[in-house]
Amino acid sequence: MAESTDCHKAQQDCPKVLILKPIPFINLVGEQYFASNKFTFLEAYDSSLPLHQFLSTHSPSIKAILSSVGAPPITADILHLLPEVGLVVTTSVGLNQVDLLECRRRGIKVANAGSIFSDDVADFAVGLLIDVLRKVSASDGYVRKGLWATKGDYPLGSKLGGKRIGIVGLGNIGFAVAKRLEAFRCSISYNSRKRKPHVSYPFYESVCELAANCDVLVICCELTDQTHHMINKEVLSALGKEGVIVNIGRGAIIHEKEMVQCLVQGEIAGAGLDVFENEPDVPLELFAMDNVVLSPHVAVFTPESFLDLRDLVVGNLEAFFSNKPLLSKFGDW
Amino acid sequence: MLTSSEQLEKRFTLYKFHSIPDKAHFLNSNKASIRAVVGNASAGADAQLIHQLPNLEIVSSFSVGLDKIDLAKCKERGIRVTNTPDVLTDDVADLAIGLMLAVLRRLCQSDRYVRSGQWKKGDFKLTTKFTGKSVGIIGLGRIGLAIAKRAEAFRCPISYHARTEKSDVNYKYYPSVVELAANCQILVVACALTEETRHIINREVINALGPKGVLINIGRGPHVDEPELVSALVQGRLGGAGLDVFQDEPNVPEELFGLENVVLLPHVGSGTMETRKEMADLVIGNLEAHFLNRPLLTPVL
Repeated sequence: MAESTDCHKAQQDCPKVLILKPIPFINLVGEQYFASNKFTFLEAYDSSLPLHQFLSTHSPSIKAILSSVGAPPITADILHLLPEVGLVVTTSVGLNQVDLLECRRRGIKVANAGSIFSDDVADFAVGLLIDVLRKVSASDGYVRKGLWATKGDYPLGSKLGGKRIGIVGLGNIGFAVAKRLEAFRCSISYNSRKRKPHVSYPFYESVCELAANCDVLVICCELTDQTHHMINKEVLSALGKEGVIVNIGRGAIIHEKEMVQCLVQGEIAGAGLDVFENEPDVPLELFAMDNVVLSPHVAVFTPESFLDLRDLVVGNLEAFFSNKPLLSKFGDW
Repeated sequence: MLTSSEQLEKRFTLYKFHSIPDKAHFLNSNKASIRAVVGNASAGADAQLIHQLPNLEIVSSFSVGLDKIDLAKCKERGIRVTNTPDVLTDDVADLAIGLMLAVLRRLCQSDRYVRSGQWKKGDFKLTTKFTGKSVGIIGLGRIGLAIAKRAEAFRCPISYHARTEKSDVNYKYYPSVVELAANCQILVVACALTEETRHIINREVINALGPKGVLINIGRGPHVDEPELVSALVQGRLGGAGLDVFQDEPNVPEELFGLENVVLLPHVGSGTMETRKEMADLVIGNLEAHFLNRPLLTPVL
């Protein structure tokens, strides 16, 4: 297809990009900002047909899939119904919702969100940590209820400087978190699938060892079969009664029930959580705690990140349909 | 571990002035025997108190700020003064950045959004990126420099205003606060409170900072013309504010309680267990040094 062709004007239909569930990100930015002369979106959720039937009906024209967090996973079953698909683009960095092995087998290219979120997510992680240690949200609420004048000073918090930070997953985001916290006089160590050769931070073979040797755990890794429920009672006990956990990865990396129990029993000192196992459901026990800071999965929710993501999503799709290299290709196939 | 009060009581005869109902009567009866005053950010030793204590030798403040102490009177009377510098620098700087993140990324509001069940009804909104925002610092002392160092880790360009330009820093200097405010997105008050810096944040500065600008105050409440600040926030002439200090603590203007673009803290800049212990150690250490005729640890006068 010549790259200057506007598929909307050409005789053949525009290649379709499948979307299984409404993508909040597109609505927040505005649908008009995703318009392209190289493709058009096909919304499966608008149809009254059952999904499999819908996919079979449209499969000849579905050339790519736009997948997002919270939408139905892109499984081998779905891919089997779509023989023309050559690309899966995700709006997230993590790819736990895509059957990567099947994509590789079929030669379907995959593009994720690259490193565009690193700053915003790292900023948010640091913000959550300071909030938990220094009780920012809790004491802001205290002031707004007029309690400072009537009940006196708020209880003391805990100093961030000198804390030992354990980063779980030293990718782009983990590294961005580390660099920021170093400026607060924190010391950094990490656990990752593999030791990183050009990094001077101490490496721990297991998450448990990491937890035993630090005061704060920041979860920055992907959700995979290996990391599912990786942060459990054993790890949290190793972190200890003064320990704090911050999660800006995925809820299911932490065994949520066990974490809640640890918090209820004072086995750890506090938590800053942007993600949960079953969003938007949040364990009710957490609502009563003032040593916990909760946020509705918004670490990437800035206009800058969203516009960068828009550029990346549209850029990847247009590159694919123009036979050009993808902007943020994942994998080696 | 003993509290500061308990430690003071072990070594000295301690009178908790703030909880004495009839202060005038108390002073009359005890003035001759009082040789030291321990002050803090709320109360210290003003001219009146100094005048009423003929045998006062030392004022040891549980703070780094000296605005509650009449230094001129102390100098005149030969009264020693100590404070708690350095030990609280990190905590105050950490909190300044914490306030910036909380205001720009709406941390407190997000937390309320989840706790009130609103997340079940829909996603939260977009907030504002912090990395790369320009930060203007008023006062480049220990605390100002510590804030700059932390903000740099977020790639924030740093500029500042101080009484004099500093030759050993790379940050851009502005000779007036208004110019600084006009040229940064986040303005931080990190200077000492003196006659000159009272109401250093006034209407002109607030307007220069503007509807997208954010004010962070970890200095003293009187640095800011509070009614002006409140009206600017309510009217949207100022983008947001993170405030740890107020004109008349613990009273906070109630018009601020309903605003989502402010974070209000109950003067907790140095409020960690670790730092308060270090501050207490300094206060007691200074008092002991004085009464043992040894050099003071952190003298101001």
